[in-house]
Amino acid sequence: MRLAFREVGLAFRRAPLLAMLGVVTIGFSLFAFGLFGLVAINIRTALREVEDRVEIRAFLVEGAKDVQIEELIQRMQKNPAVAEVGYVTPDSALARARAELEEFRDVMTGAFLPGSVELRLREGQRDPQTVAELSRRLQTYPVVEEVRYGREWVEKLYRIRNIAALVGTVLGGVFALVAVIIIGSTIRMAILARTREIEIMRLVGATNMFVRLPYLIDGALKGVLGGGLAVAMSWGTTVILGQSLIQTQFFDGRQIALGIVAGGLLGLLGSWVSVGRHLRQVWRD
Amino acid sequence: MSGILRVANVSKEYPRSGMALRDVSFEMQKGEFVFLVGHSGAGKSTLLKMLTMAERPTAGEVRVSGYSSFSIKPREIPKLRRRLGVVFQDFRLLPDRTAEQNVAFALEVTGSPQAQIAPKVARLLTQVGLASRATAYPHELSGGEQQRVAIARALANDPFLLLADEPTGNLDDRATHAIYLLLREINARGTSVLMATHDVGMIQRAGLRCLELERGKLVFDGTDVATLVANMRGRRG
Repeated sequence: MRLAFREVGLAFRRAPLLAMLGVVTIGFSLFAFGLFGLVAINIRTALREVEDRVEIRAFLVEGAKDVQIEELIQRMQKNPAVAEVGYVTPDSALARARAELEEFRDVMTGAFLPGSVELRLREGQRDPQTVAELSRRLQTYPVVEEVRYGREWVEKLYRIRNIAALVGTVLGGVFALVAVIIIGSTIRMAILARTREIEIMRLVGATNMFVRLPYLIDGALKGVLGGGLAVAMSWGTTVILGQSLIQTQFFDGRQIALGIVAGGLLGLLGSWVSVGRHLRQVWRD
Repeated sequence: MSGILRVANVSKEYPRSGMALRDVSFEMQKGEFVFLVGHSGAGKSTLLKMLTMAERPTAGEVRVSGYSSFSIKPREIPKLRRRLGVVFQDFRLLPDRTAEQNVAFALEVTGSPQAQIAPKVARLLTQVGLASRATAYPHELSGGEQQRVAIARALANDPFLLLADEPTGNLDDRATHAIYLLLREINARGTSVLMATHDVGMIQRAGLRCLELERGKLVFDGTDVATLVANMRGRRG
């Protein structure tokens, strides 16, 4: 093991530029993942805030009878997606409007505002489909005149989040592939440069694992360094954005660790594939 | 009988170059010194490769140190190789390492305890008569000296059998004789030696058991060197 690490150190010193290239490529591939990941988690946070406010409001027809309203409220309370049902009488609607729009207080007299029923939804039931479905159902009650909710907002946010996730996955995937290929070729060059050593190792009875280990450590180390680089670049981006544009949320510790581990795995994958292929060229058993 | 090596009806066919060995059978006993003779391309190197399990027979069986070419598992091959020493005509030293580092390499990569490596390397280099050149790089050594380093490396893991593939092929007469004497001395200490050569003078002087390969067939196995040499000259003429 000690020897393997010594060999890895030697490899880094022999071709520092090549080693850097591998690290930077993995870094960029994970950075692409990271950026879109950041967009996704920030949108998710925003969505959650918006979702908390997702509220369906059904304005009632003028002269709606108490019985009808009561029936509507009871039906809605039975719906599993609904957390809470509130009734706003025309009077309290007026009072609320007066409170919120003070400058128009004088014009607002008499019962000209419709009464309404407000639904708050349970967590996990605030997606566009559920909201639309509920609205449609509300609309079927004759006592309901109009249904309103922050529909465009909810749908747009969901769409942005999905696009960010998709773009992030595709771009990150492409970069990850490039990283695997680059790590693979640096390992390949290292193997071909050391053909004689490998031959002699096999000849005197070094185990396969012993021959492989330095290259695997090499790849994994480059990957971990690349992962660290990606985290650093993402952090830099967040800071710069925070100073000039908007305050955004950064990854938590678990996500950072995941990024670094992912880097290590990418590096390991690249070297594993390459070592398997090229050692066979050097020596067959 | 303490057979350390048994080759039974071994044939080897390569997809492109055809039959390299045809139905070869022989045995070697513990402590034996055996010459393997034949022209270039007669199958000597193929046979040696098969003994290290770098190649498997197309037919027949090779048994070395209890391992059979039929049943040896890939992870057992390194274990076998640690019990064999191999020396080549072209030495195969690592050019960027000194003599002692070349020998130490064989111990390092087979997991010898760090503390034992330096004293063992010194002992091996003394055994091959190169203690004073321990820190020299291969390009600073003569051919004979390089082959001594290679032999020291081959002995690093205390092999019971030393396979030498034309170890004197690149050396002048004096160095050849010195290497031969060194191999005899190693043999006298208990290591069996199988040495491929086409140096007729050497086998005549030695008068030891010889195996002759001719186009992949084992055509001679015995100690009657005079007959062997006559046969070889006859075929050549």
